[in-house]
Amino acid sequence: MAYLTPRSVDEALDLLRQHRLVIVAGCTDVLPAQRQGQRPAAVLDLSELPALQGISHGPEGWRIGAATTWTEIARAALPPAMAGLQQAARQVGAIQIQNAGTIGGNICNASPAADGVPPLLTLNAEIEVASVAGLRRVPLSRFITGPRRIDLAPDEIVTAVVIPQDAGAAGGAFLKLGARSFMVISIAMVAAVLRVSAGRIVEARVAVGACSAVAQRLTDFESDLEGRSLSDLAALLPDPARHFAPLAPISDVRATAAYRTGAAQELCRRALLQAASVAEAEENRPDAR
Amino acid sequence: MPADAEIRFTLNGRPVSVAAPTGERLSETLRERLGARDVKIGCNAGDCGACSVLVEGKLHCACLMPVQKVQGRLVETVAGLLETDARAQRLADSFQNHAAAQCGFCTPGMMVASVALLRDNPAPSEAEITQALGGVLCRCTGYRKIIDAVADAPHAQAAVGGSGHAGAAIRRVDGAAKVAGAESFGDDIAPAGTLEILVIRAPHPHAAFAFGDLEAWRAERPGLVAVLTAADVPGRNAFGVIPAFIDQPAFAESTARFRGEAVAAVVGTPDAIRALDPTSFPVIWQERAAVQGMAEAQAEGAPLLHQDRPGNLMCRGFVACGDAAAALSAADVTVEGHFFSGFVEHAYLEPEAGFAEVIEDRIEIHACTQAPVMDLESMAILLGMDRARIRIVPTAVGGGFGAKLDLSVQPYLAIAALKTGRPVRLAYSRTESMQSTTKRHPSDIRLRLGATRDGRLSGCDFRGDFNTGAYASWGPTVANRVPVHASGPYFLPDYRAESRAIHTHNPPSGAFRGFGVPQAAIALESLLDELAIKLDIDPLEFRLRNALDNGVPTVCGQVFAQGVGIKPCLTALAPAWQAERLAAEAFNRSAEGAVRRGVGLASGWYGCGNTSLPNPSTIMAHLMADGRILLHQGAVDIGQGSNTVIAQIFATALGVPVAQINLIGADTDQTPDAGKTSASRQTFVSGNAARLCGQALRAQILAVLQVPDQAELTIAAGHIMAQDGPTRRQIALNSLTADAAGRVFTATGHYDPPTRPLDANGQGAPYAQFGYAAQMAVVEVDITLGTLRILRFVAAHDVGKAINPLLAEGQIQGGVAQGIGMALMEEYIPGRSENLHDYLIPTIGDIPPIESILVEVPDAHGPYGAKGLGEHVLIPTAPALLNAIRHACGARLTHVPVTPATLAAAIRGGDHV
Repeated sequence: MAYLTPRSVDEALDLLRQHRLVIVAGCTDVLPAQRQGQRPAAVLDLSELPALQGISHGPEGWRIGAATTWTEIARAALPPAMAGLQQAARQVGAIQIQNAGTIGGNICNASPAADGVPPLLTLNAEIEVASVAGLRRVPLSRFITGPRRIDLAPDEIVTAVVIPQDAGAAGGAFLKLGARSFMVISIAMVAAVLRVSAGRIVEARVAVGACSAVAQRLTDFESDLEGRSLSDLAALLPDPARHFAPLAPISDVRATAAYRTGAAQELCRRALLQAASVAEAEENRPDAR
Repeated sequence: MPADAEIRFTLNGRPVSVAAPTGERLSETLRERLGARDVKIGCNAGDCGACSVLVEGKLHCACLMPVQKVQGRLVETVAGLLETDARAQRLADSFQNHAAAQCGFCTPGMMVASVALLRDNPAPSEAEITQALGGVLCRCTGYRKIIDAVADAPHAQAAVGGSGHAGAAIRRVDGAAKVAGAESFGDDIAPAGTLEILVIRAPHPHAAFAFGDLEAWRAERPGLVAVLTAADVPGRNAFGVIPAFIDQPAFAESTARFRGEAVAAVVGTPDAIRALDPTSFPVIWQERAAVQGMAEAQAEGAPLLHQDRPGNLMCRGFVACGDAAAALSAADVTVEGHFFSGFVEHAYLEPEAGFAEVIEDRIEIHACTQAPVMDLESMAILLGMDRARIRIVPTAVGGGFGAKLDLSVQPYLAIAALKTGRPVRLAYSRTESMQSTTKRHPSDIRLRLGATRDGRLSGCDFRGDFNTGAYASWGPTVANRVPVHASGPYFLPDYRAESRAIHTHNPPSGAFRGFGVPQAAIALESLLDELAIKLDIDPLEFRLRNALDNGVPTVCGQVFAQGVGIKPCLTALAPAWQAERLAAEAFNRSAEGAVRRGVGLASGWYGCGNTSLPNPSTIMAHLMADGRILLHQGAVDIGQGSNTVIAQIFATALGVPVAQINLIGADTDQTPDAGKTSASRQTFVSGNAARLCGQALRAQILAVLQVPDQAELTIAAGHIMAQDGPTRRQIALNSLTADAAGRVFTATGHYDPPTRPLDANGQGAPYAQFGYAAQMAVVEVDITLGTLRILRFVAAHDVGKAINPLLAEGQIQGGVAQGIGMALMEEYIPGRSENLHDYLIPTIGDIPPIESILVEVPDAHGPYGAKGLGEHVLIPTAPALLNAIRHACGARLTHVPVTPATLAAAIRGGDHV
């Protein structure tokens, strides 16, 4: 048994091919799940891989290394469209968790209540996966295939989250609802990104988490929002019958299904209002592109 | 990297090298391989933050980090920070100045997280402090003094001198070790490598079981030394806290009655225990029908938990005076309600832990406990041993709140040590602690309350069922206490209260801060507000009109000629109450969004000490030939501060500064019995024993010096001296006769509060004193989402005399925080919330500013007038919040915890009384 800390993606992939390894990064999900008597099999720790570090901006958009921690994301200088992702980063557990937990780990753990997923869905994030065959890119919405299930072969690793460039003035927001202020598993959460122009919604992207096995975009709601005036937003609630088709809220110790539905509606409204004010500020910024 | 490869890193400035298995948690490596026991383990899941350390200056939970990750890095723990970092040293002073450490178990995590903040930001705002400490849970302090301590850290001064006598807000006498992480808790005693114990527990709420070949199973597994079952219990396989109700086996015999009940235990080397998969244990389970709710448990044909308790009814309590039914029918207005609460987990940050060894032919048990002498008595029965052969040495206790009154790890430690002949240790995992130790009783309460048009209470009928779980524990005490207290501190001449304790297939419900009184207070104080609304009387005025007073009988017919302090508590709230009610109403009139503000209040009272039972404490002290004053203080300090308060009282009585007192104990070999730390009795009962002890020692010394009592006494190295006006007397201690142990004077103080038994109607004198409380809460309710933000608490407590105002405030804030948890988020559901991320307790972000008003209506029985406080502090909290919610949005919540979902449903659906 060994604890392996490869220094390159090739080395990591090589090790994966040769051994049965548990892939870890921040370990904030792996260690709590470990039960009495369970010894970790050999571990492949990707958190030190240089290629998986840091946030960069290029022609295709933003690239966030899979081993980037929530603290790094929260502190980075990112565009207003990514404000929701940064708000989520500040609400993952508490500082101890944000210092260790990584964006790649959050996605691969694929919890229905993963804080990072709704904002990334609203950013049309894609997951970059490496294997000996090369790199492939999968939209996040397809990468997470179910609760605790992802589209990742045993010989693959996630190397980055890629966020395509958003055209025009966009603003993002994220709201998380839980029963206490820190270290809380969400009852419901909503992320929104709005592209606006001259007081109207050009494009809306809204995702709801903890109300279905995997966080979902509300595409019907989004299309209904397009073209609407920002001044209508305060009164715009999604209609559960039509707009919440992708959701399947459950009743559990944290809340009832009915409550989750109502909360998701209201959080959508509030997140959109917040995203709109971020987007408008961006639009009105003197040096806006 | 090969298995167990050497890992090199820098720990607290020193290079270390250690071999550890793949994936071993840094917390474990630090504690067990590198001796850094200042790193505390509270959950092993990143939920509590007690194990927080700095890695390359960044804050991490050591339990979430495989040690291999720190290869080549810098790791700092609280002990190291205190050696090298001036900020940490000032912070340690500030923590002590503000009494920011109570039990001290979370303190290393709090200190480390605070240092990380202060390095980045030397003058943080409250919001920044809150953000920085959001990942460390504290169950004792209510966080406010921690916030104060961090904010004040840059200016912190070292301790100031002074006598520290009764009334002085001195630092805790045991605080330095707590802030340094040097305090030894239950799991900090055993040397690394000691044999460990793993308890095998029932996976079902009710199941029959049979073992396979245990010896063959053990023999196949290298490193396993013994398997223990009921057959290994040398004495009677039963323990309990109330002699007539001793019913809980150390190991279940053929049937388990709750999920998590112990059926066996395995003893082995640390490596063998670490590798042991409990599902491989040879036991066959046969799940049986379980009754977990009280209605099911009482249904016809329900399985009986105990054959001699038909209907699963364990016991009842009853108090009646006057004619409740007649008064209710004569009342101008009546209200009634049906109230529910769930299991509440104590969630102290220290899971139960201990160490035991056989020394000569005696067993010595070092474990966290609130009741060393009761432990000793129970162990004598379980072990079938003479009590002279048992020694109980309480370790530091990382919070208790009632659950550490019962045995937990002690039987397994003792039986394993006796069977193997070797030292053993056992620390419960968080899940084991939650599954197997006692809980607050769930309650199902029906209450009717009447009043006359002029606002006088007229008739009260209380019926409360309490889910007491599988075994008795303190259930009988809850059943007795509730009817005595369900009237609240009000004059109710026509009263009937009945309580029943019902067995179910759940963990035993036992003692938890308030013994059922907080549940009863929710019902009463909610309906008092409903009556006030019906009568259109201000809720504070309504309470004042009905409050008890000197000379007014309680529902037990007990009349106190002095010391009844409820009216002063209510009056103390009046300025804040009036201002906040007006402000809230103005706020709501102009409210446009979803937020409504409300202000609510509630009272409480609590009888200090055992209910109509003997409840003595003895304190002993010596003056040594070298001038040291030794105080044998057996009242276990579980964080509440008895080490400090008892020393203050003793020093006051003796007439020397507290700084001169050396504490001994608790230890059943050394310290006399100061009773259990429960029932808010230590300041009152043990405090009185300490006062009497101090007076007796003073009298002996002054007699030798031949001066009268008013003389000023000085005890210094080598001599005693007294100044009485112009007269000065001095005697060298070596001129006096000392015994073989070097004691020149020995004194004891003994105190047992005067009570009288209750008759069949609960009439009598159950307590020598009550303490009184009134609290008010200001909340904002988001009426769309059902979320709640508490803006402020004001808590007025009649403590008789605040022996240490700083520690009294700490009790108040900690109790309010626990009350907030009970009201808003905490419910233990066996099988579903067995960890600290599914079972939520308040974080630092959930506790608003809490203003403490210390009301001092002296009590003739209390030491220097002091009354107990520990339990009073959470009794009014939950009902004050429920009343504030009612005021904010009209919804009357009758079920705690009030989650966002239940509050939203009540606002929409009208879940009214």
